[in-house]
Amino acid sequence: MEFGLSEEQRLLQASVSGFLEKASELDVVRKIAEGDQSARDVLQEGIDSLGLAGVMIPEDFGGLGMTLLDAALVEEMLGRYVTPQGFLSNQMAVAGLLASGTQEQKETWLPKIAEGSVQFGIGIAEQTGAREGAGLDEKDGKLTGRALFVTEADKASQFIVADRSGRLHLVIGDAGGLSRKKLSTIDVTRSVGELVFDSVAAEALLTENVAGAAAQKMLAVGRVLQAADTLGAAQRMIEKAVAYSLERKQFNRVIGSFQAVKHMCAEMAAELEPCRSLMWFAAHAYDAEPDQVALMAAHAKSHVAEVGKFVARTATEVHGGIGFTDVLGLHFWFKRIGLNRQMFGSPETARQDAARLQGWV
Amino acid sequence: MDLSLTPEYEAFRQEVVRFIEDYRDQAPRGYPSKAWQKILIEHGYAARTIPRDYGGYGAEPDVLKSRIIAEEFTKAGLPGGLSNQGISMFVPTLLELGSEEQKKQWIEPTLKGDIVWCQGYSEPNSGSDLASLQTKAVVDGDDFVINGQKIWTSTAYEADMMFCLVRTEPDAPKHKGISYLLFSMDTPGIEVRPLKTMTGAASFNEVFFTDVRVPTTQIVGQRGEGWFVANATLKYERGMLGDPNQAGTRLNAIIKMMKEETMGGEKLMDNPLYRDRLVKLQSRVLAMQYHGLRLVTHQIKGEDPGLARLIVKLMGCELNHDLAGFAIDILGELGVLYHGSSYLRDNGMWQHRYMFDLGLIIGGGTAQIQKNIISERGLGMPREPKPATV
Repeated sequence: MEFGLSEEQRLLQASVSGFLEKASELDVVRKIAEGDQSARDVLQEGIDSLGLAGVMIPEDFGGLGMTLLDAALVEEMLGRYVTPQGFLSNQMAVAGLLASGTQEQKETWLPKIAEGSVQFGIGIAEQTGAREGAGLDEKDGKLTGRALFVTEADKASQFIVADRSGRLHLVIGDAGGLSRKKLSTIDVTRSVGELVFDSVAAEALLTENVAGAAAQKMLAVGRVLQAADTLGAAQRMIEKAVAYSLERKQFNRVIGSFQAVKHMCAEMAAELEPCRSLMWFAAHAYDAEPDQVALMAAHAKSHVAEVGKFVARTATEVHGGIGFTDVLGLHFWFKRIGLNRQMFGSPETARQDAARLQGWV
Repeated sequence: MDLSLTPEYEAFRQEVVRFIEDYRDQAPRGYPSKAWQKILIEHGYAARTIPRDYGGYGAEPDVLKSRIIAEEFTKAGLPGGLSNQGISMFVPTLLELGSEEQKKQWIEPTLKGDIVWCQGYSEPNSGSDLASLQTKAVVDGDDFVINGQKIWTSTAYEADMMFCLVRTEPDAPKHKGISYLLFSMDTPGIEVRPLKTMTGAASFNEVFFTDVRVPTTQIVGQRGEGWFVANATLKYERGMLGDPNQAGTRLNAIIKMMKEETMGGEKLMDNPLYRDRLVKLQSRVLAMQYHGLRLVTHQIKGEDPGLARLIVKLMGCELNHDLAGFAIDILGELGVLYHGSSYLRDNGMWQHRYMFDLGLIIGGGTAQIQKNIISERGLGMPREPKPATV
C-alpha cells in the first residue's frame, strides 16, 4: 500500500514547476492577459516543448500513457503559476475521446493533441444546469442552438460539445454556421465563451445509449483537474501570505509574529492539506477505481472549491491593503480560484450530484 | 499510488478476520475488559509491538498491520484492547526513557490492566503554559515531599498510580526545573475531588497533594529532565486525538439516522438542506481519511510528514465535533433530550459527544495552541515575542 506520489511524479511536478516559475511569471501572465499574442506564443511553445499535452493519451496514440493523477499534478502547477493555458480542456477532450470516440476518431485526434497541434474547447455547461435559452439540438448530423460557458471558445481549433440528451459531438472550430464569442470574465487567465450553432455540421462521438456516461466522465475529469488547479493556486496564496507577513512590519514587529495573523495562516494550511489527499484519490480513482470517479470528483470539486474560497479571501486579508490592489497581482490567484469554483457545477451542484450518485435523492 | 495490499498483508487481514470469527463470543459488550485484553495480547492484537520481556506480544512495528487490525475490529464492532493513559502514554514513555528496572516493574501489570494510571500534568494556573507548573517537590532524606495541586486528572478515582510532573529545581529556567515522578494514589496526603463537567459526568478530578512522600528513586529520567520526558508522551496524545476512522463511523451512523428518522412525515434524507450539509461533512471525512492514508505511507517509509502531521489534532477534533453538532441539528427538538429521556435517540450519544468533544478540542493542547504549532513548526512563522507584563 502506498498512498502518495511516486519519485517520477515528484520529478514531473518539480520540472513543470521549475519551467513555469520563469516562463509564467507574473509579468508574462499580465502581458498575456492584456492580449499580447507573442507572449502567449512563447509560453505555449515552451509548454509544448515539455511534451505534456499527451500525458493521459495511450502510447499507441502517440501520448505518454500516464494517469489522470499525473495530469492533475501538471494542472496543479498551472494553477500555482496562474498560467493561461488550455491544458485542462485538452485533457477533458482526451477523456471524452477515450470514453466514446470511434477508433478512427481516436486515431485522428489523439495524436494531434499529443503533439500539441490542436486546442479543444469543451461545451458541457448545460449538463450541470442549463441557463434559459441555452442547449443544443442535433438533427441529421447538424447542431442548432446555443452553448454557454464553453472553454477556450475564442481560441479552440475543435470543440467537443454535449447536446441536450448528453450526447457528445465533435465540431470543427471554423465550421459554417458556428459563431463564437468570448465572454469577459473575472479571470483573464482563462478563456470562456459562447457558441451559437445554426445548423452546424457535427460528428457524433458515440452511440446514443452510452451518451450521458461519456459526458459525465469528461465532467469528472474536468472537476478533478479544476480541484488540482485550485489546490495549486491556493497553496501559492498561502505561501505568498506567509512570506508577506514575515516582511511587513507594524508596531515594530513583523505582522507574522502576531497570533491573529499566525492563526489565519495556520487555518489556511490546515484546511488545504487534506484537500491534497482528497484530490489525489479522486484522480487515482479515474484509472484505478472507475466506479468511484464521479462521486470522488464531485467531492473533490466541491470541497476544494470551499477551501479555495476561504484561502483566497484570507490570504488577501493577510496582505492588508496592498493585497486589494493590482500591485502584487494577488487578485490573479483570487480570480482563478473564483472561476474554478463556478465552472462545471457550483459546489452545491456537485454535492447534489454526490448525493444522487449515492442514491440519496 | 497503489492502494492494494500485498499477498502477505491480505493473508494477515484474513488472519484477523478469522480471529474475530473465532473469538467474537468472548468479546465484552461495550468497554474492553481485562480478560479480553489478555486474549488480545496473546494473539498480538493489543500491546502488539511491546517486547515479550515486558508482557507484550513482541511483533516488529508494522504500521499497515496495525491499521488492518484497527479496521477489522471497527468493521466488526468489536472493542479493541484496554485503552487508558497508562497504556497509551505512560508505557511508550517508559519504553523510550525508563530504566530497565522500571520497564520490568511497571509495563506488564499496566498492559494487563492490573495497574491503572492517571496523568498529573495540568494545574489550575498551568494549562496551555504547562511548563509553568508550580506543584513542588523538595528532597528530604530519601524522599521527595510533594505539595500542590493538579487538575483535569481523568480516572484519578480509579487509578492505582500517577505519573506526575513536579517542580524540583525552582531556580532553573521553567523547562529545566521539572521532574517526572511515579507514585501510588494511596500515598498519604493525596486527596481526589471529582470535577463535574458540562456533560453531567465527573470525567475529571482535582488532585491535592499535602506533604506527599515519594522515594527519590521513583523518577523517570534525571531530575530536571521531566519536561523532555513528558513531551515524549504529549506527542503521542496529539496523534491519538484525531482518529479519522472514528469520524467515518460517526458519519455512517448519521447516514443511517437520516435514512430512518422522519420529521413531518418526511425522511431527514429527503430534506435538501440537511442533505447538502451531510455531503459537505462527507467530503471532509473523506479528505481526512485519505490524509490518514498519506500519513501512514510516510510512517511506513520512515519519513517525517511535517505540516501534514501537525494539522491532525486540530482538524480531526473539529470534524468529530461538527459531526456530533450536525446530528443534533437534524434531530431538531429531539436533540435537547438527555439523561435517558423518552424519545431519546442513540442513547444520547450525540448530545454527550457534542459536549465531550469540545473538551477534546480544548484538552491535549487547545485548538489555539495547535494553530501556534502549525504556524511555527509547519509554516516557519516566529513565536509571539515575550509579553508585556500586566
